[in-house]
Amino acid sequence: MVHLTRRSALLGLTAAFGLGRASLAFADAQTDQRFVVVILRGALDGLAAVVPYGDPGLATLRPGTQGPTPDGLLDLGGFYGLHPALANFHMMYAAGEMLPVHAVAGPYRIRSHFEAQDCLESGADHRMTSGWLNRVVAALPADTSRPEGEALAIGVSVPLLLRGPAEVANWAPHGFAMPQADLYARIAALNAHDTVTGPALAEGLRGRGFSEAVMQGVTPETNRYAFPALAAAAGRMLAAADGPRIAALELGGWDTHTAQAARLTGPLHQLDDGLAALKAGLGESWTRTAVLVMTEFGRTARINGTGGTDHGTATVAFVLGGAIGGGRVVADWPGLGAGKLFEDRDLAPTTDLRSVAKGLIAQQFGLTESVLTQVFPGSSGAAPMRGLLRA
Amino acid sequence: MDLSTVQALVRFGLGRRPAEALPTDPAAWLLSQLQGPDPAAGMGPRTADGLAALRADRKNKPPPGESQSRALFRDGAVAQLANALTTQAPFRERLVWFWTNHFTVSVRRGQCAAVLPSFVAEAIRPHVTGRFADMLLAVMRHPAMLLYLDNVASIGPDSPAGVRSHRGLNENLARECMELHTLSPASGYAQADVTAFAAILTGWSIDLQADPPGFRFRPGAHQPGEQTVLGHAFPAGEAGGVAALEFLANHPATHRFLAAKLVCHFVSDDPPPAAVHRIEGVLRDTQGDLGAASVALVGLDAAWHPLTKLRTPQDLVVAGLRALDLSPDQTGNPIGALGGLGQPFWNAPAPNGWPDRAADWAAPEAMVRRVDWAFGLAGRTQATDPLEIADATLGPLLQPATQDAMRHAGSRHESLTLFLSSPEFQRR
Repeated sequence: MVHLTRRSALLGLTAAFGLGRASLAFADAQTDQRFVVVILRGALDGLAAVVPYGDPGLATLRPGTQGPTPDGLLDLGGFYGLHPALANFHMMYAAGEMLPVHAVAGPYRIRSHFEAQDCLESGADHRMTSGWLNRVVAALPADTSRPEGEALAIGVSVPLLLRGPAEVANWAPHGFAMPQADLYARIAALNAHDTVTGPALAEGLRGRGFSEAVMQGVTPETNRYAFPALAAAAGRMLAAADGPRIAALELGGWDTHTAQAARLTGPLHQLDDGLAALKAGLGESWTRTAVLVMTEFGRTARINGTGGTDHGTATVAFVLGGAIGGGRVVADWPGLGAGKLFEDRDLAPTTDLRSVAKGLIAQQFGLTESVLTQVFPGSSGAAPMRGLLRA
Repeated sequence: MDLSTVQALVRFGLGRRPAEALPTDPAAWLLSQLQGPDPAAGMGPRTADGLAALRADRKNKPPPGESQSRALFRDGAVAQLANALTTQAPFRERLVWFWTNHFTVSVRRGQCAAVLPSFVAEAIRPHVTGRFADMLLAVMRHPAMLLYLDNVASIGPDSPAGVRSHRGLNENLARECMELHTLSPASGYAQADVTAFAAILTGWSIDLQADPPGFRFRPGAHQPGEQTVLGHAFPAGEAGGVAALEFLANHPATHRFLAAKLVCHFVSDDPPPAAVHRIEGVLRDTQGDLGAASVALVGLDAAWHPLTKLRTPQDLVVAGLRALDLSPDQTGNPIGALGGLGQPFWNAPAPNGWPDRAADWAAPEAMVRRVDWAFGLAGRTQATDPLEIADATLGPLLQPATQDAMRHAGSRHESLTLFLSSPEFQRR
């Protein structure tokens, strides 16, 4: 693993991040495309992020859902509406830079987070020792103009998605390790009955400025180590001509078993601000960038007894970037009416997530069918989705 | 894993490494660690090497952070921590850490950094199963302690050096030895006893120019004449000091004080009087045999009641790294983590060392930092099954609520964070 000492030093100087001009010499190299994967760990509810308000079945499953309003859903062409926390996504959609793919799922039908994340990152229906994004890196021609390698994992460790034979750099800001409010809240709850650790943790979190509202996910937290800051840093590193051109980020907080409406707002804001920060960090390189935002599975179509949703199957994936032919929603919509749900509980999967990923990397890096099959073994049934990128 | 096995591993040891074999007879496993020499004996540089480094630094005056002393300190700290992660004798190692803290030497004063690793290796480690009097003598003669508590500067006012320089006693080491290392204030000694003992210790110094450099008794700085401590007379000269230390080491008040401190460490924050009485009796009957006292600690029923002690940051970091069984390149910077958690390595604020009670460690911000540390550590492992780690590490101590929270976590990272932040993992 390569540690980005030089680059992390550069990152400390946000205003003076000065590789730009010197890097222009490399700017027209054929290796100019950028690809970023964002893993949403914990299973994003696709029906809450991109709401199919035009489906008559939705009212039964989720009573009270309303169509687009000035302070409600952000319309995506008359059938789907974007969660109001995703305002930047909506602007990118309007600019043709954002495209949700709905009713997607991986090739596995597992409802365990850990196992499903393994499959999601392996790019297969079982856990492998390497991740599909690493195999993408391995398939690219060697490029000596990138001293720190092709790929970058943002965080204290390299996720399975990027582990494997190809060398991958790893970067996290100093002191990065900070849980999200929701995890703090669960840890506080776990300690609540302990006479020593319970009161100390509760008081300590109050001292950190975590109000009850933040802990419950009602109010978004502000955390300087949070996702937007990481995404901005990733963007700046990817923008450098001799920097990595592939990166992986992750964001948690999606496991909304209770009070989902309140709990989702914070993570969605982080995701939304994060993509805006990534775009800003990438600067001009955004035009050659494709981003895939994916999660391990969806959630139950019905709201459960505690205002939340449980582990499900199909969900939404987002593709974003200046290279994307967006401004539309792609879905083979399965419907939500009677008999349409998978196992009578989940949004039914109609698109293989691997088709989306294969479509993106095929077009972005000019990978052949045989390479795509190495990247996603056993995926011949999941043809690369065409036309995700601008022609 | 049954309760007595996990108790042996977390209370007496340093926490389970899932890869290590479980002892078949937990008590016998603990006692076997007290036999023979310490497996880590001879680790690290010798005292003379440390003093030579100090000598070179005083001569060359390198910039802060680049001194030979700092390098020895840093390497020593890393080695000490690495040993704690892999040792086959974790009970023995806990005793080493306990006695090191009892005889606190801190890098904060006295230019003792270069000799801190050798202080543990030469003054503490060889004696944790031997006589307390031998440990005390080794500590009081060790340059780290003589530097840390200023005894190198203490001069008998009536000694040739004192008459010549008009300088005099520095009571620091004498006072702390009586207050913190041996009798404790409960024994009722007076200022006159401290002054007399300080006079006895004049001349206990180091010779930095000798080859090899080391401890040196300087007769020319030693206060002449007989001194009386707690009614006992001690002759002038180095032998008088050795006799005074033997007297203090074997004083009933010392045995009582040490017993309470040991029971506090191995039983609970409020040491049960019966347990203290038992250990005190063993120390008295064996003339301060620390091996016998350690055996007796294992024999205390009260020491086998689980989860009564809050882990100090040191305990927590060592136990966490052992639980995840990380390779050295995966551990990040545990020495730095200890600083962030409020227990910087070999860096106690005062000679009384680190506290050993939950109330001293369970400060609100400190507890949140433990969670942050857990989150950072949990992100470093590539282990596939957090529940398996939790079960292998805590066995029957793992609470259903923790298992439930772990099972419902949204990722392995979160699951392991919950485990490392659970009330039971915060305890030993």
